[in-house]
Amino acid sequence: MDKYFVYLGVVLTVIILIPLYRILRGPTLFDRMLGAGAVGTKTMVLILTIGFIFNRVDMFIDITLAYAILNFIGTIAIAKYLLTLKSRGKP
Amino acid sequence: MTFQFLLANLVVTAGAFFLLVGSVGLVRLPDFYARAHATGKSDTLGVILVTLGLVIHEGLTLNSAKLALILVFVGLTNPTATHALMRAAIRFGLKPWFRKDASDDKEG
Repeated sequence: MDKYFVYLGVVLTVIILIPLYRILRGPTLFDRMLGAGAVGTKTMVLILTIGFIFNRVDMFIDITLAYAILNFIGTIAIAKYLLTLKSRGKP
Repeated sequence: MTFQFLLANLVVTAGAFFLLVGSVGLVRLPDFYARAHATGKSDTLGVILVTLGLVIHEGLTLNSAKLALILVFVGLTNPTATHALMRAAIRFGLKPWFRKDASDDKEG
């Protein structure tokens, strides 16, 4: 049963590495921000899986909750900043 | 007990599949709006399924209650973040992508 979570962690690491292409080569700023949000969402699942690998779920769940709140607030803050960027007239 | 672990493995694997679909859609789709469409829903469903599988694996403890809290929180906040980013893109003036057919090539 522990080996299943090790395999799941490896697969999740590969899944996290895929959106880095969009962060590096994104045509606009929004693509990069979307990729960063996707990486944060998948990293939450990876932290949960690491907690199940090491049998310390009670500690890693709190880390996951804090990471989810930080990811959400970061994305909302960047989106609000990009809303104010319209008035400067840059395309 | 074995059935419980088997069901948890099945649900977690389904969630990992949806996370993979969201990643591939983020790379392969042609436009920002299409990419947001792909990753905003597939990632939410994937995280919800993985967390649900871990709740099934954990049983009925305090940890599973916290996992259910994470499930509800992600289900609320991930579409909200995608919606805010998409609204910022529309206000910014980002044009959606159209297929270049022979019928409407007068658009350029």
